[in-house]
Amino acid sequence: MYSYNEFDEAFVRERVAQFSQQVARRIDGSLTEDEFKPLRLMNGLYLQLHAYMLRVAIPYGTLNPNQMRQLAHIAETWDKGYGHFTTRQNIQFNWPLLKDVPAMLSALADVGMHAIQTSGNCVRNVTSDHFAGAAADEIEDPRPYAELLRQWSTDHPEFSFLPRKFKIAITGAPNDRAVTKAHDIGLRMVRGPKGQPGFEVLVGGGLGRTPMIGQVVREFLPIEDLLPYTEAILSVYNLLGRRDNKYKARIKITVHETGLDEIRRLVEERFAEIRPTFHGHDQDLLEDIRAAFAPPAFRNAPTDAHDAALADPVYRAWADTNLAAHRNAQYAIVTISLKKHGETPGDATADQMRLMADLAERYGHGELRISHEQNVILPHVHKADLPAVHAALRGAGLGTANIGLISDMIACPGMDYCALATARSIPVAQDIATRFDELKLEHDVGPLKIKISGCINACGHHHVGHIGILGLDRAGVENYQITLGGDGTETAVIGERAGPGFAYDEIVPAIERLVQAYLKNREAPEETFLEAYRRLGLGPFKAALYPAEGKQDAA
Amino acid sequence: MSRKFTPKVVTANDLLIGDVVYLTADNRWTREHHEAELIEDEAHAQLRLLDGAAQKNVVVGVYLADAIAGPDGPEPIHFREVFRTRGPSNYAMGKQVGELPGPRQH
Ligand code: HEM
Ligand code: SF4
Repeated sequence: MYSYNEFDEAFVRERVAQFSQQVARRIDGSLTEDEFKPLRLMNGLYLQLHAYMLRVAIPYGTLNPNQMRQLAHIAETWDKGYGHFTTRQNIQFNWPLLKDVPAMLSALADVGMHAIQTSGNCVRNVTSDHFAGAAADEIEDPRPYAELLRQWSTDHPEFSFLPRKFKIAITGAPNDRAVTKAHDIGLRMVRGPKGQPGFEVLVGGGLGRTPMIGQVVREFLPIEDLLPYTEAILSVYNLLGRRDNKYKARIKITVHETGLDEIRRLVEERFAEIRPTFHGHDQDLLEDIRAAFAPPAFRNAPTDAHDAALADPVYRAWADTNLAAHRNAQYAIVTISLKKHGETPGDATADQMRLMADLAERYGHGELRISHEQNVILPHVHKADLPAVHAALRGAGLGTANIGLISDMIACPGMDYCALATARSIPVAQDIATRFDELKLEHDVGPLKIKISGCINACGHHHVGHIGILGLDRAGVENYQITLGGDGTETAVIGERAGPGFAYDEIVPAIERLVQAYLKNREAPEETFLEAYRRLGLGPFKAALYPAEGKQDAA
Repeated sequence: MSRKFTPKVVTANDLLIGDVVYLTADNRWTREHHEAELIEDEAHAQLRLLDGAAQKNVVVGVYLADAIAGPDGPEPIHFREVFRTRGPSNYAMGKQVGELPGPRQH
């Protein structure tokens, strides 16, 4: 794993010192809120519905056990004992006091973490495949490139005041677990004509009020051109991006209004200009970073313990859903579900964080990942250790076998915390999970992604949910609109709106009717919800959602 | 024709702790919605909003929220304001259990 060098360390410490002064001056009244707000946002500090909120970056989702323990310590010391892991590989603390935030940032700096660029119109936390460095299908670990981008973009003088926030996602595998097509820039590692690795570059994806799928601006970008080419895209966007209208300021609108071909021409032109100014220092740096991400020393041992444990149906169910193929056949990737039925998706208590840190240390070569789906991953666990890991997880309420199933939902904080929300998300997610747990249908239904956002900003990725739920305010009451058929993977599609929204107490029954319609209409148990939807279209699902209308039509 | 004015309360977040607060008739900030001043007149509401907003080192994000007279004092109308009087619905935290933001007291 990458660890900070002296320069990084000094930079982050200095930021903490500056911010401590700024907080002090806000408290003694020498800074007004108008002066202070941009400063606090530059340090990840928001004011939400009931309290301040601190957003901490987890670069490309990678954590070591000490960092995880420090998050637990922060949650306990300055918050209410838990943290919320988000779809952008951040963690949010929902209850800090203004005076405590400098101490929290200082505690983060102690373990090489910070909250810089977690807000504002700059390049945000670069996100990545949560199975990076472990997945069997991977071409190369994308994290060294993500780290290179992070270092290059942090406090980049030209890109600190972009027209709007800017999000980059990167994957090293053909199976896209990083939703690269819904980012301002998506980087997908591919092999070039001579078999050499490089990137397919997508631009102009994004969710929010105008959801769009990214388009390919460059089919093959050699690795050594990564920084100059990214810089070229950003400088074209910095110039063309709409600063007159916040809602049209994202690069997706620039690409849409300017046309992909013209964008490509401008980017290539700018790239040709700046390419010679990169003298190879970035490549030297990349070499150092790569070394820091060297794979762990994998162990060679029998895997019988795992094979024997499969006889236990509880273990078996967990192994079926929560394990993924590791590049080393003796190993597995373990996804720890933060979606126990009825709990808040993405939340972990301080004790749970500590347990996960201990397991990573003891059985996981010291690595943890946070997924955009709000779960925690132990990327390298030897199969011999899986039964012990499973038992420990169960003891801490972390053994839920539901990865990829209905209850493995993404839910943004919604109106339980977020000042921008128009409706709640979390209790809807809790109720859906609880209902399907009662029905005992979850494993029978199989892979199904439900994603819910509490407003059009789409932090919960509802547009790319197989079933998406968007909470709205309809004349002073909560209302939920359903989209169907969305997909956030390499075959990304924006979901279709199904029809009128549902009231708060109608939404869970509506989801149940949808799922029943799928079970009734699927060709075979192997046909997933998404496949069935693609085959059948909106028709049967719409009929299930709005049965009364169907009757009227028939009459 | 002017529309009928919906009564208001002045609300904000406390600067130091972030907690939701309301302006009382005697110029205090209270955590309890029912202790707020229920403002029935539009011009007075604008004045009280200015009074609240002037307290820049005590509160942030001052605004007027619709309210209605209840048996024990003003009650919120919109669901967002209802949630602000009690705290999140996924945990018993915040106002609903009489807690302030900041760490839990064990
Ligand atoms: C609670 C504080 C939050 C605030 C104030 C906030 C604010 C926003 C805003 C204003 C947008 C729309 C930006 C645009 O499209 O131009 C947005 C989008 C987004 N936010 Fe948040 N958000 C919050 C929490 C979160 C959380 C918790 C997550 C992760 C769970 C998240 C992830 C995202 C994502 C993925 C988008 C979609 C952006 C896109 O692709 O266009 N945000 N957020
Ligand atoms: S989607 Fe809306 S409600 Fe949900 S976190 Fe984002 S801004 Fe808040």
